[in-house]
Amino acid sequence: MTDLPLLSLVTFLPLVGAAFILFVRGDEAVVARNARNVALLTSLATFLLSLALWQGFNPATADFQFVEKVQWLPDWGINYHMGIDGISLFFVLLSTFLTPICILSTWGAVEKRVKEYMLAFLVLETFMVGMFCALDYVIFYIFFEAVLIPMFIIIGVWGGPRRVYAAFKFFLYTLFGSVLMLVALLAMLYVAGTTDIPTLMQTRFPYEMQLWLWLAMFASFAVKVPMWPVHTWLPDAHVEAPTAGSVILAGVLLKMGGYGFIRFSIPMLPEATEFFAPMVFTLSIIAVIYTSLVALVQDDMKKLIAYSSVAHMGFVTIGVFALNQQAIEGAIFQMLSHGVVSGALFLCVGVVYDRLHTREIARYGGLSNTMPKYATIFLFFTMASVGLPGTAGFVGEFMVLLGAFQTSTWVGLFAATGLILGATYALLLYRRICFGKLDKEDLKALLDMSPREIAMFVPLILMVLWMGIYPSSFLDPMHASVVHLIENYQSALAAANGGSVAAN
Amino acid sequence: MTVIANLGAAAPELFLAGAGIVLLMLGVFRKTDATAQVGWLAVAALVAAAGLVLTGSKGPVTLFNGLFITDGFAVFAKLATLGASALTLILSLSWLAQEQVKKFEYSVIVIFATLGMLMMISANNLMSLYLGLELQGLAAYVLAAFKRDNLKSTESGLKYFILGSVASGLLLYGMSLVYGFTGTTSFDKLAEVLSHHPSTGVMVGLVFMLSGMAFKVSAAPFHMWTPDVYEGAPTPVTAFFAIAPKVAAIALFIRLLAGPFSDLVGAWQQVVWLISILSMAIGAFGAINQTNIKRLLAYSSIGHMGYVLVGLTVASPEGVRGALVYLALYVFMNVGAFAVVLSMRQKGRAVEGISDLAGLSRTSPGLAAALTIFMFSMAGIPPLAGFFSKLYVFMAAVKAGMFGLAIIGVLTSVVSAFYYIRVIKIMYFDEPVDSFDRPATANTVILWGTSAVTLLFWLWPAALINSAQTAAQVLFPG
Repeated sequence: MTDLPLLSLVTFLPLVGAAFILFVRGDEAVVARNARNVALLTSLATFLLSLALWQGFNPATADFQFVEKVQWLPDWGINYHMGIDGISLFFVLLSTFLTPICILSTWGAVEKRVKEYMLAFLVLETFMVGMFCALDYVIFYIFFEAVLIPMFIIIGVWGGPRRVYAAFKFFLYTLFGSVLMLVALLAMLYVAGTTDIPTLMQTRFPYEMQLWLWLAMFASFAVKVPMWPVHTWLPDAHVEAPTAGSVILAGVLLKMGGYGFIRFSIPMLPEATEFFAPMVFTLSIIAVIYTSLVALVQDDMKKLIAYSSVAHMGFVTIGVFALNQQAIEGAIFQMLSHGVVSGALFLCVGVVYDRLHTREIARYGGLSNTMPKYATIFLFFTMASVGLPGTAGFVGEFMVLLGAFQTSTWVGLFAATGLILGATYALLLYRRICFGKLDKEDLKALLDMSPREIAMFVPLILMVLWMGIYPSSFLDPMHASVVHLIENYQSALAAANGGSVAAN
Repeated sequence: MTVIANLGAAAPELFLAGAGIVLLMLGVFRKTDATAQVGWLAVAALVAAAGLVLTGSKGPVTLFNGLFITDGFAVFAKLATLGASALTLILSLSWLAQEQVKKFEYSVIVIFATLGMLMMISANNLMSLYLGLELQGLAAYVLAAFKRDNLKSTESGLKYFILGSVASGLLLYGMSLVYGFTGTTSFDKLAEVLSHHPSTGVMVGLVFMLSGMAFKVSAAPFHMWTPDVYEGAPTPVTAFFAIAPKVAAIALFIRLLAGPFSDLVGAWQQVVWLISILSMAIGAFGAINQTNIKRLLAYSSIGHMGYVLVGLTVASPEGVRGALVYLALYVFMNVGAFAVVLSMRQKGRAVEGISDLAGLSRTSPGLAAALTIFMFSMAGIPPLAGFFSKLYVFMAAVKAGMFGLAIIGVLTSVVSAFYYIRVIKIMYFDEPVDSFDRPATANTVILWGTSAVTLLFWLWPAALINSAQTAAQVLFPG
């Protein structure tokens, strides 16, 4: 182990690249090319650096690793405190993994204001990584909400025709959720005297207070996940965002909610978690079944995938609140695989959108004739999304279902229904786009994927296969942390129940 | 002897008064136009006064038979006020040059207005309070009508004068009631009397005084004048109104309620609570439909005052600290925002429509980026400075158990985020119209400075917060 502040380096390296881009001068084409190259190199360097985290990570312990602590507002017990455990490690990697792919995807897709686009993405990467590394609630909150700024700009400037509406809805919806969490955070600060996350995890809040705190946090995380019925911003934001924006949105931003539940709600408010778990199950099951049905009738490719994201994230929330080892590990795994797979699906949409500039499903059909390579890749990711064994999607869903059945048979049963519906809409989408007669004139002239586009998908394909075939590389490092989480949760509950029995 | 020995405590005020008179003479006796010369000298005088505040006495010293007090709290508030005055005066000077207004009196009036503000901050007696308030107020009425051949400007001046006089009347009436029921106008004696004999008459007087004060800080429901006056007054004057007098009036408000009336906290707390919530709500909802950037900023400042008053409602050192932090950051954000508004000139003419900002990110990316920083900051999005200002007032509210106030506060901040990001939308998402002229150098420098502070405040927040802490402690001895 070295003394380098590795987490801070990973977090702030993209900002260094952004600073370079800021000073790129010259005529527009040169600026665009340089900005792209700098952004790609920076994000690749960040990714490589983040691999060092994985390599140096000690899977045997549930403690936070690579910890950095610098005094920031000492009077308030607020410090710049960074560290990762088995839960956050892979979210950091997911963020650094998807960003270079997103930047690669903009070649040819984004032509106007490339410099600003690259800036926004690098800044966004810093905020995302910082959020997953933060070990202080205030620092977490700052990164959590700061993400809105670049994302708002990305949707609003480079988005589709209804981008303004979508950007506003995205911004205000998520801001609304997070400000309530801010009040909860401040209340916790006064009970615990600090916002240090490891300390807060040890603090026992009074039962009544837990319920309110839990609801305030839920307002924030449920909007981010998003859970039914506060999911309506997602289809709009996804549809209007540029391809790379959708990838990051689905790939990383949605995970912030699930991560929040695991990092904050469960360990800090265990009794409230137990109290509200049935509600979460109900909402998640509605999300899984209802949004799957809604996805079936969509005319817009991105909207369909957006609704499928809501359904997939429903599995995640079920897994998180089933609160056994398989379910939580499954939920984390499902988030990772959904990040990769739905990201890839949005890229697939982006490939044809760049050619035809429409996302209407009915405008396509028979693409397997003219674009065989594309059809193959799209099929692969459709299967991964459906949860074909051997792909990443299977492992996560299977583990969540296993865990859910242990907690409640009904929850498991309804969730499993969602799988069938999921297969229906995904296969339907694939059939309507790639199969059928090639009878539209403009489709016949489409070129198959370029080497750059294939290069973009190769790492994603490899990742999906790796996660599907040998999930242990990902599950092993998180074991200790998840076990620790569940043990803490159960001992806290036992203590609370024992306490109330004694009081009686 | 002691008065003379202690005069040093009032050195900034004495210096400013002297400087104002000297500059007036200079302007009158110069044969040629002295606007720029007097203006820059006035800026220098304000900076020098700030220097005197910094180096001068910080311990609680009273002067002039207890009419005047200098303490840590006053030092903090005076520095913020002087800084705001100096920065807005610099902005005004480029405006005066651009509009070819050759009137050196402008800077002199600003000096006297600032002097009034310093007196307000240091007031330790209802008499000196009123003196400071009126000096500031009368100077402000003149400034509002400064473009006297412009219909809107004169209308705004007249409106401000009439409504301001009504507010002063309310304040005076309240003060006379308080005097009648307690027999004193001195803050120290008031505190002593009220701790033993709080009477209903004093309550009535206090309510009138609160109304008058609410008018001065443009808090709802006494905010009606704000949008009209802000829109009509010349833009640099609006910038001046929006910032420096607000700081001084809030400081006075805090000193009044935390000092002589601290034992009546139960009575005024609910009033200020209501004023605070109404201001936040009206600031948030009122701005939604505005098309003029000055009116938008007027509503925004009403909202900001609501947040500052959250800190006062809490009536604790934390609350006052939050309010002071808020004010200090408010100065930076608003100076910056008005620097952008003052740079909105097309072909030599000033424009004020929000729609004139369309596509600014293409035509002048620097200006657009700066205004974006200010807007996100005012909306309270981290990691910008505005987030921290809101964080500290809500921290205090939550600590005092005022969850209702905190929750309403954060919810109105979401509503207000709507119109802030609408400005950003117009600059970034819409297609450009005409481009703006090159902004004046002074504006650019101020823009750089204020946006850097707003953007990078998180790097070193402890400095400001600790000094606000020290200042707030002064009002809560023991």
